[in-house]
Amino acid sequence: MQDAMKAMLQLHEVSEFLYKEAELLSDRKYEEWLDTLAEDITYRMFVLRNLSGKAQPSEYLEGPLDISWFDEGKETITKRVQQIRTHQHWAEEPPSRTTRYLTNLRILETDSGAEPALVRTRCNFMVNRNRNEADDHCLYGHRIDLLARHQGTWRIRERKIYINQSTILMGNLSFIV
Amino acid sequence: MFVDDDLFAQEVRQIFGRAWLLVGHESQIPNPEDFIQSKMGTDSVIVTRTRQDKVVVLLNSCRHRGMKVCRVDEGKARAFTCPYHGWTYSTDEERVSRPGELAGVPGFDVHYEGRLDKAEWGLKSARVRAYKGTIWATWDEQAPTLEAYLGGMLKWLDSALDHRNGDSGGSTLLVGVQKFRVRCNWKFPATNFVGDASHAVTHNSANMIKLNPSGKDGRRDERPSGHAAFGWPDLGHGGLGFLPRPEEEFPRPDTFQQFPAASNYLRAMAREHLRKRAGGIHYQGKGTIFPNMSFHEDQPRTLVVHHPVSATETEMWRYYLIDADAPDEIKDIFRHYYMTYSGPGGMTEQDDIENWESATRQSLGGMGQGLPFNYAQGLGESEPCDLMPGAVWCGRTITEQNQLIWLKRWQEFMEGRSWDQLMHRVEVEHDAVFPLKRSTAGAK
Repeated sequence: MQDAMKAMLQLHEVSEFLYKEAELLSDRKYEEWLDTLAEDITYRMFVLRNLSGKAQPSEYLEGPLDISWFDEGKETITKRVQQIRTHQHWAEEPPSRTTRYLTNLRILETDSGAEPALVRTRCNFMVNRNRNEADDHCLYGHRIDLLARHQGTWRIRERKIYINQSTILMGNLSFIV
Repeated sequence: MFVDDDLFAQEVRQIFGRAWLLVGHESQIPNPEDFIQSKMGTDSVIVTRTRQDKVVVLLNSCRHRGMKVCRVDEGKARAFTCPYHGWTYSTDEERVSRPGELAGVPGFDVHYEGRLDKAEWGLKSARVRAYKGTIWATWDEQAPTLEAYLGGMLKWLDSALDHRNGDSGGSTLLVGVQKFRVRCNWKFPATNFVGDASHAVTHNSANMIKLNPSGKDGRRDERPSGHAAFGWPDLGHGGLGFLPRPEEEFPRPDTFQQFPAASNYLRAMAREHLRKRAGGIHYQGKGTIFPNMSFHEDQPRTLVVHHPVSATETEMWRYYLIDADAPDEIKDIFRHYYMTYSGPGGMTEQDDIENWESATRQSLGGMGQGLPFNYAQGLGESEPCDLMPGAVWCGRTITEQNQLIWLKRWQEFMEGRSWDQLMHRVEVEHDAVFPLKRSTAGAK
């Protein structure tokens, strides 16, 4: 019973953190959002290939030297925020309007003994991005995040994004996925 | 011109049915029976290495009712069976007389009385040329060799494909092709990369945040001196590159200074380059090979193909090049820079995509459609460049000469000229000559 309570509390706490983080992006509070990222974060969105059923286990390119849509750390993510703030990043000027949906959140594993404590989560996501007068795009997929305990809350140490599109169907990915 | 469906249909036939097109890289099909699915214009093609180790390119369309016989991005196979009626095509020359020939038809003996000519009904195959890893194809048997088609631009393509140490070839692809749909006419990216140096305002934001891998101003490292636009009026290719100089005189500013390992690697390779090519001429540049392939020779070192989808849609395929034998640590540094710069997630290319999409959308307007664009920048300023065979230049990067050269070639193809005419082996009556500076154009 106590274990179940503990697990529920943790799930609640983690989901509150991830919802808030998604909200910061939709509200364009990018500098606050950067604070939710660990200094050593790896943030990667994989390229998907359209392969035969037998080859599905390798449909995402996850090798260390494989090309991704993004694969970076905090320094260049910070540059992306700075770029939007120049107000001369024409792909985000006027800015995208985004709404993020997170569902099916599950805690895959916890390591309370680690310093800091770690939690690995999986969730499905949908991002709707509307731009200019009539540009409207959706990106669907799932995400595996590694969260590290930090000052009573969490920080994202690793984010792996698995999208359903093998060909990107929305021109640019100028919004933060 | 940028939105017209009839013109687009004509481009598909007259340009993409005849020109040399980049379809992939040998590193994608290293072993016999490996295949990838690629594109030539609006057609899907199979690029495969046969059991006999021959690279072939086949139209991915069953000869019975046209369905795709290969429906995945990559894999391994020596035969392709159409899921519709079961026609099977083989690439194994132990079984068929040519790769792609029809090898099996359900009911061949009974329903066709054994009278169907299998040799006649194979997959259509293209002419192929592998060059330093890149794989090119054309549907036109009359087309000149790839080398003749590229002309002086070949030296620049070499500067992208050759090893940083000066060895011929020696580059490979990082695994993974970025494929992305852009709602623009394919000619916008093609003529952007052919040498549009005046769109700095596009990249203000990327410059302001110092994407430069040395941490200095701008989005790229400092360039050697002598950077200018060069175009080949007879061939339609063009780009931005460096005035050729003796190898010993070619300046090489330090690059990637924020990444000492990469910086040291490039410096060491440059020293080897100098040693191996001492006494030679240094050629280096990037640009567009007519019609729809563009490349960067260094920062970031990439190949890209602008596949036409419709008059208002283009599918871009970006490939990333690297020295094949570079240490993994070095590959990773370059890889990171490439991804922050290029593709739909790239901080530079995002703003380019915005331009091309918006320009296409505005060209659909009732008034917008008929309104001429201005290409006057640098018009009549170009002169032949003795150091670059067949090329003209005006001593600077900012000129629209290359866009005009590209458009001139576009028109020559659209007129349906013969290859003798296209390669200027015979004269065409009333042909428009590319306007050069008066002093060099000769007496009229």
